Amino acid sequence: MGRYLRSLREFWSSSLAIELEYPANALIELLSVLGNLAGSVVVLALFYGRGHGLGGWSWDEALVVLGIYTLLDGFTSTLLQPNLGAIVNHVRTGSLDFVLLKPIDSQFWLSARSFSPWGLPGVLAGLALIVLAARRAGANPSLLTLLGTTLLLLCSALILYSLWFVLAATSIWFVKVWNATEVLRSTLVAGRFPVSAYPPALRTLFTLVLPVAFLTTVPAEAILGRATIPWMLASLGMAMVSLGLSRGLWRHALRYYTSASS
Amino acid sequence: MNRTLRLARVLLSVQYAYMLEYRAEIALWALSGLLPLIMLALWSGAAAAADLSLSPAELSRYFLAAFVVRQFTVVWVIHVFEEDALQGRLSPYLLQPLHPFWRYLAAHIAEQATRVPFVLAIVLAVWLLGAGASGWPPPSTWLLGLLVIHLAFLLRFLLQSVITMACFWSERAAALDRLLLIPYLFLSGLVAPLEAFPPGLRRLAAATPFPSMVDFPARLLSGGEVDLLGGLATLAAWMALLLPLYLLLWRAGLRRYAAMGA
Repeated sequence: MGRYLRSLREFWSSSLAIELEYPANALIELLSVLGNLAGSVVVLALFYGRGHGLGGWSWDEALVVLGIYTLLDGFTSTLLQPNLGAIVNHVRTGSLDFVLLKPIDSQFWLSARSFSPWGLPGVLAGLALIVLAARRAGANPSLLTLLGTTLLLLCSALILYSLWFVLAATSIWFVKVWNATEVLRSTLVAGRFPVSAYPPALRTLFTLVLPVAFLTTVPAEAILGRATIPWMLASLGMAMVSLGLSRGLWRHALRYYTSASS
Repeated sequence: MNRTLRLARVLLSVQYAYMLEYRAEIALWALSGLLPLIMLALWSGAAAAADLSLSPAELSRYFLAAFVVRQFTVVWVIHVFEEDALQGRLSPYLLQPLHPFWRYLAAHIAEQATRVPFVLAIVLAVWLLGAGASGWPPPSTWLLGLLVIHLAFLLRFLLQSVITMACFWSERAAALDRLLLIPYLFLSGLVAPLEAFPPGLRRLAAATPFPSMVDFPARLLSGGEVDLLGGLATLAAWMALLLPLYLLLWRAGLRRYAAMGA
């Protein structure tokens, strides 16, 4: 365990040093986060214009969902994109060989090697929006609610990670799935809105197949004090199952890895 | 003339063969453009849709058309160019008596050709599920729509090519694409038909090239009311503005090209 923590510190400080070589990217990312957030708020406002509602959620409550989406998107840019987006290239060029030879768990190495500080503005903006919108929605969370919300957000992050990892791991079979993970990113856009705003068939799809509901709607309900035990348990279960799935799939996939030679 | 035709044929057939190799991932890419359909699901259930001048059937036809437009106007030249410039692959291209612009354009057109079956399958599925069941525009509209989609693609390709020239000045210019994507997403009509926008925002959108890329072709394709000549003139005007800018930047950038890599 100590070895892993020490490695993690080395990994992240070295990638931080690389990323800081490109300070202009900080500005681009900041503008991109603000622009995306402004655009999403405007689109949401279109649905709420002239006193209409969306899926039974009030304007402020829907903003909490948007905040959680922004937070998770920032998490994606910070850890998932730089790490799991690179797996495809490791498989294609054969540099996965070197990863497998390292005396450290390969899934850990592939998932935690890089750290991009440029996702942090998104994380901060998301947190700010969640706090602001939840307060305006009249939420007065107790310590227990806060703990529960944090737990559910952790579950969201784990589910999101597993989805990304599973998709990235399939590149062992389909060498050069250019970036299958981009598909995920664009489909998860659905999480900007509360899941009850979708037609029933899609709602089922977004709960069971592509767990968008667990990513944003369930934690939002928790902070608004509307969480129910079954949903919390389902979220926990989903996180455990998907994490286990990603682990199992990786072990299985490695058996098919044939390396790439030039 | 003969040379041009031969060049075009060879470039396109080579790129088409290359893209066919990756048809599995192009299917995934086709899935990644589902945003208009997700938005259709939201709008069809939203109370705010009642305020629009579009009937529910027109709305679903609009978003279905926007989906098709999006599929055939995907542009990624900035990412490929960044890699080519960084790894020095651009150098041999520069030695050939053909502007690299054409090579990238051919790759995009070839990729669109491989996309056709997937897009048809998705459109058919959505259509069978009930959207747009109320009749389909006549063939003349269809053909005109296809032509305008190609013009919209050219405009988007040109716009991104202009931004791509930043690769000569920075090693991480592809990040600029994230910024370019924001107005494209929110002002083009992908997430909501433009008449849902408040008047001020609508005027702002009309002052940018983005509505020409989705709103105009989608409206035409879905058989809605559209100012054909005005739309075509806008497309032409933007292209006339961007093309000289591109050539100017290309010349200036080429002088800075350091031919990194092997």
